[in-house]
Amino acid sequence: MFPLSIESLGSAAVNGLYVLTGFLFGFALEQAGFGNSRNLASQFYLTDMRVLKVMFSAIVTAMLLLFGLEVAGLVRPGALYINPTHLWPGIVGGVIFGVGFVIGGYCPGTAVVSLSTLKLDGAFFVLGLTVGMVAFGETLPLFRGFFDASGALGEVTLNQALGLPRGVLVVLIVLMALGMFWVAERLEGRYGKRGSESC
Amino acid sequence: MNRQPKNYLNPYLAGVLLGVVLTASFLVFGHGLGASGGVALLTGVAQSALLPAHAERNPYLVNLVVSPERPLDNWTVFEVLGVLLGGLASGWLSGRVRVETFRGPHVSARARWGYAFVGGGIAGFGVRLARGCTSSQALSGGAVLSAGSWAFMFAVFGGAYLLAYFVRRLWI
Repeated sequence: MFPLSIESLGSAAVNGLYVLTGFLFGFALEQAGFGNSRNLASQFYLTDMRVLKVMFSAIVTAMLLLFGLEVAGLVRPGALYINPTHLWPGIVGGVIFGVGFVIGGYCPGTAVVSLSTLKLDGAFFVLGLTVGMVAFGETLPLFRGFFDASGALGEVTLNQALGLPRGVLVVLIVLMALGMFWVAERLEGRYGKRGSESC
Repeated sequence: MNRQPKNYLNPYLAGVLLGVVLTASFLVFGHGLGASGGVALLTGVAQSALLPAHAERNPYLVNLVVSPERPLDNWTVFEVLGVLLGGLASGWLSGRVRVETFRGPHVSARARWGYAFVGGGIAGFGVRLARGCTSSQALSGGAVLSAGSWAFMFAVFGGAYLLAYFVRRLWI
């Protein structure tokens, strides 16, 4: 039954597993080209839709595998962490984050990968991240009520919110992803610079 | 040592690999991946080490790093350490580890550092307000169909596409 009971391994081994998971995560991000801010920013100029392709391939893969394992009864019901929904802080924070993403060229994980391969823009982005996080902590009392309570809906899933059976939503998301991949290929054909590797 | 960098992986294949790592994380730990949490903890620990009296009065820091007995003994810290090592290993195998600055054709390296710093600052604030980043919200929450994570994901793309036109000289 998943998730595994790893506590019995002891904290050193569990921490080691987290380092290993992070290692594979960082490895995959770097191989995807996400240590390069040009590959990330190009998403927003329709020249290279790598961000969308990688993200939605990853989400669909994990969604299908987890759904399949749950249907097969191999996952303890309710045992997987579902990010609780704080709708408005999530949306406002997401828009702010998106603005920082297109100006700075990275998100936190990709900036760490960029830093790990000695890219100076990635290093400055990480430095900026820490300053932004300090600014958040210092100003939080000003909007505490908004942060804690606005649109706080708990562990609600998208299928619950839309009133759909989960299996139907899974199929719809797969179809949406395939549609976006098709559009992404068309856009790259039109705006992309095929064959010219950015540097 | 002057190796030509290898090509990046096919994005769909890279995405499937990332999805398998994400699935493994859920199956082993019961939760997905994260990157911003570790950065936030390390930042908070550094801030409270520099300004201990201030940290005691700041509710955010009290919750994050003052109350926990060993704040750095947290999975997000170990995971971000792994990300650093994995990125380095992948970059090294593909001949991409070298000091350089990625930037648009019309931006100097120095200006790019400034924009990266400012963009990072804005993103850092947004990430904490949204309780997570592209990894912990969009990828992880997205895969288990959290409603808030999907709203966050579309907000990120929305914010970036809205501003992209106005900052196009940074990139194209």
